Amino acid sequence: AAEAAMGGSASVLPREALDEYQELTFLSKQEILLAYKRFSELLPKEERENACSTRVPKSRILTLPELRANPFQHRICHVFSTSDDGDDSMSFEDFLDMLSAFSDSATSDIKSHYAFRIFDFDDDGTLDRKDLEKLVNCLTGQGEESRLSSTEMEQLIQNILEESDIDKDGTINISEFQHVVSRSPDF
Amino acid sequence: SLAEVFLPEEPGAAAPVGFLQQLPSYQSALRRRNASGGGTQGYSAERRGAEARRLEQEGGELVARPAREHPLSIAEKRRDLQQADTKYLSGWEQWKRTSNKSLKKVLNEVKELSSYLELWRHDIHSIEGKFGTGIQSYFSFLRFLVLLNFVMFILMFSFVTFPSIISKYGIFNSTFSKIPAQNTEPHCTVYTPSGNKGLVYFYTYLKDLLSGTGFLEVTSLFYGYYTIHTAWFSILSYNLPLAYLLATFFYLALSFFWIIKRSVEGFKQNLVHDEDQFQSYCNKVFAGWDFCITDPNAARLKHRSLQYELQTDLEEERLKRKIADRTVKEKLRIYSLRIFINIIVIAVLSGCFYSIYRATVFSQENSSDISNMNFQANLLVQYLPSIVITLANFIAPQIFSFLIGFEDYSPAFEIRLTLMRCVFVRLANIGVLLFSLWSQISYCATDECKACGYNYKLYPCWETEVGQEMYKLTIFDFIIILAVTLFVDFPRKLLVTHWSFKPVQWCGLQEFRISDNVLEIIYGQTICWIGTFFSPLLPAIATIKYFIIFYIKKISLIHTCKPSARPIRASSSNFFFLLVLLIGLVLAFIPLGISIAHIPSSKACGPFRSFNTSWEVVPYTILGFPTGLQQVLYGIASEAFAVPFFVVICLIMFYFMALAGAHKRVVEQLREQLVLESRDKLFLIRKITEAQRH
Repeated sequence: AAEAAMGGSASVLPREALDEYQELTFLSKQEILLAYKRFSELLPKEERENACSTRVPKSRILTLPELRANPFQHRICHVFSTSDDGDDSMSFEDFLDMLSAFSDSATSDIKSHYAFRIFDFDDDGTLDRKDLEKLVNCLTGQGEESRLSSTEMEQLIQNILEESDIDKDGTINISEFQHVVSRSPDF
Repeated sequence: SLAEVFLPEEPGAAAPVGFLQQLPSYQSALRRRNASGGGTQGYSAERRGAEARRLEQEGGELVARPAREHPLSIAEKRRDLQQADTKYLSGWEQWKRTSNKSLKKVLNEVKELSSYLELWRHDIHSIEGKFGTGIQSYFSFLRFLVLLNFVMFILMFSFVTFPSIISKYGIFNSTFSKIPAQNTEPHCTVYTPSGNKGLVYFYTYLKDLLSGTGFLEVTSLFYGYYTIHTAWFSILSYNLPLAYLLATFFYLALSFFWIIKRSVEGFKQNLVHDEDQFQSYCNKVFAGWDFCITDPNAARLKHRSLQYELQTDLEEERLKRKIADRTVKEKLRIYSLRIFINIIVIAVLSGCFYSIYRATVFSQENSSDISNMNFQANLLVQYLPSIVITLANFIAPQIFSFLIGFEDYSPAFEIRLTLMRCVFVRLANIGVLLFSLWSQISYCATDECKACGYNYKLYPCWETEVGQEMYKLTIFDFIIILAVTLFVDFPRKLLVTHWSFKPVQWCGLQEFRISDNVLEIIYGQTICWIGTFFSPLLPAIATIKYFIIFYIKKISLIHTCKPSARPIRASSSNFFFLLVLLIGLVLAFIPLGISIAHIPSSKACGPFRSFNTSWEVVPYTILGFPTGLQQVLYGIASEAFAVPFFVVICLIMFYFMALAGAHKRVVEQLREQLVLESRDKLFLIRKITEAQRH
């Protein structure tokens, strides 16, 4: 049934665009068509014809089930959006970029690069103590009782910096991050 | 003094003006920061593209990375691609580029097509989304076992069963020959299996189906059916005993290498990981979130489990510091307590082994005595060893997890030690069963019995007996899994949903305990490996069994389980499952090796009637080879070859170990150097700014 539906929408996505996207991302043809279908469902009916060039506002993107439960939803939208207005709206190509970075066939280089940007809450190019603190709070969940106590947070951040900060400047830059993540079996 | 030279570490403090801003590294960071001044991304596209291209041109030999491996947005990648296209390329390079592209396209198509053939792709994907990658690894493991058993079945069927069947029925103009046994006493060769003759009660068929006796005993399911020595297909001769033995070795080797191939990834990571204990915090924080989760309930649980895990780890670290501060008296107390508890563990294990031994002996003695027992009692006696093993496999882990609380280990070590003990119990139980079977089979009091080498009166065809025992174990294992799901999991779910009695609610839904489930199926697989030599069609039964278990477990997971509060990491679990499976396989080698090479094969049935032991068919065949080949084979098997070979392998291994040690040392030195460099840099900058001020 999914294939039949995708067959219907394939007539809307031109073939050269499909080939081009296959080359520029890590997604397979089926995945790109599925992504197109999901993306056009986010748009109101009138705008579905030129889904390739419309931008979807952030609030609609966050209704996707995969992002709804994700604590990094806002950062993900911010990192992958190429919108000039700063409103974090995403076009179809941004959407594909996001899926490509998260797909199984993406290289770990790409994944670690985007992960660094997602974790860099203040966008300054390094992960400092404040970024790490926000990161841990995102992981343990929203709400007061789910946060670590300040001593535990201190101990944890100290341990993280000990493990990954090679040049001991108190922050983690992208090379240090990629280095520590390359040895991380769960990444 | 040195203290003055080394500056206090100020994390990213306000950069001292002037020189620090002129450093190249600062400039590149500044460029990135400036681009974010417009309010959008912090990383300018053109900068990155330019940098990437510059890097590629600098390292002339660097192969141009495919466009999609650049961390840019699609629009930027498209621009890069167009710019690259307009560069002038020679005809040869253009041709190379286009052929590369079309090859990649073809490969992608093939990969997409083959992903359709993957079994249960959609099911496992949806489980991953709802329950996370830890549980998904269990189901992928189950799928791997289904495939492995299917391949084993195809192997044994095509090389052993199929030739036997077609030559017995004379299809394709085939004939067979049986070499009469020489040098054996006639009494050893008497074997009359009672395939059901005449009118029997219906329940006899059921009993036979469940215990492999009666009509099943004479089918190709068991060893006793394969009595042919050579099968002739027009002019080709097919040596069945040799094929039987070689197929056995081949399926063992195939399983071995397949498991090793699958575990190589996890092996490398675990070897590296274990050495460097310091990576665990970064791993948990940076790789902690499971991006496959789509369900908000699962997400909430994941948050809780992450919080629990981080707190436990920090707690453990504090505990470690406390342990280091223990006094001598406390240490003595703890060590003596641990020794005492280990003695209890050994006592529990011996209790299990002894009860299995007694149960097997009892079952063997009384199951041949059918006359004065009714159907159910007989079935119970037949299944007694399986029942005792299952009970032992259930009770012993509970005892172990209770005892470990007293031993005061760190939580991670506790889990590992309990798991190791459970693994040992399960695999050793099978060993004890087989040992007790053999002690029965080779128990010889009379001279006639000694002439045969085994107890010919009770076990004229002892391989079939062992095969039947393995068959019963497999069937019983399957029945138990089915029964537990139907009669424990679902009622529990019904109780918890509809009865708000406090203790019941406190018990709650059960968790999907991954390690217990995995040990269960590894136990079943070990039985299959051992049993396939005695019952060549057992892999088919195992395939069907695991196929059905997949759906049973999936339904039970979705409808009756709550996700586990304690997370199991996907990476370490994959490696752990395969490691335990490998242990099971190696343990399966031992009983098979003993029965093939040491215990005399039965003279009344089976393909090895005319040989002393099953292994003898190999030397016998080699004697039939041309002399030159014989010399070569003898040379390989002799000490003159084996000892130098062993020495060379040891040398190679030591070389690689030394290499790895040297690399580790180099990495350490480089790290220290990096730290020193950064300190030097800050120091120099301070000095320069001071000098500037004066």
